[in-house]
Amino acid sequence: MRSIWRTLDPELLRDVSAVAAGAAVSGASFGAISTGAGLPWWLPVVMSLLVFAGGSQFMAVGVVAAGGSPAAAVLAGLLLNARHLPFGLAVGDVLGKGLLQRLVGSHLLVDETTAFALAQSDPRRAKAAYWSCGIALFVAWNVAVVAGALIGRNIGDPNAFGLDAAFPAALLALLLPALKDKATRHAALLGAAVALAATPFLPAGVPVLFTLVGLLITARQEPNA
Amino acid sequence: MNLTAVLVLAVGTYAFRLAGPLLRDRVRLSGRVELMMSTSATILLFALVATATLTKGQGFAGLALPIGVLVGGVAAWRKAPFVVVVVLAAATTAALRFAGLS
Repeated sequence: MRSIWRTLDPELLRDVSAVAAGAAVSGASFGAISTGAGLPWWLPVVMSLLVFAGGSQFMAVGVVAAGGSPAAAVLAGLLLNARHLPFGLAVGDVLGKGLLQRLVGSHLLVDETTAFALAQSDPRRAKAAYWSCGIALFVAWNVAVVAGALIGRNIGDPNAFGLDAAFPAALLALLLPALKDKATRHAALLGAAVALAATPFLPAGVPVLFTLVGLLITARQEPNA
Repeated sequence: MNLTAVLVLAVGTYAFRLAGPLLRDRVRLSGRVELMMSTSATILLFALVATATLTKGQGFAGLALPIGVLVGGVAAWRKAPFVVVVVLAAATTAALRFAGLS
């Protein structure tokens, strides 16, 4: 593990910090929204430690706050998190070889760590990026959720600060190098169009899974490439 | 929301996460399949960018959000540092909302 930290350069650390800072603001608002919806302060804290997937946490609390059952909340959250399976297939190797690294590393598999790992040019850097981003996000997110849950409603709407634009912009910046490849770009654009078209009709999380239609196109093109 | 629901969501989510790395241990992937896996993750993440930029719930997100992401995207394309991209996107959207654009 020690060699990972030597691979870390200041630039990567700065990028990871930016993402972690965004996660902290969003975590604080998750804690505040949860207690605002009447949950005991420890429940969003336990949820953040064990689930560690912001989108599904907001979704689950939102479903219950809107009068839905806990079962419906769990189902909505799981649909949203199904994308982690293909993520794990893609970047599973960067976690490390040992069983412990795989077990712990899997818990850190989120959108940002996947994007950071994919954006690196060599496996050593990918591993360093994955772990540093994962640990920074985990600490920032969970500390902020505790703070938000305890401080409660004094935290304003994070979207007023444009935080909802920071997340897609960060992902987009990390994806740009991969999108230079023409076949990948075409598949990604097609996939995005499919996901957008499906959004009004399907539960959250399912439309992005449909994007793998785009992959069939690249798979067919590859033999000619 | 109760503790049982939280635990079920946690176990299910962890199972999704663990499945990929464990499957990769069992099966030796060819270079071609390996490339397909990372392409599929890129496609998924890009679709996530698109839906997070343009939709809120099942409707349109309004203009302030996509304009902010677009400004960040152009900055990234012009090779601006990552931190600048993120801050620029958030600041643009925040400024537009402050100015009254939804």
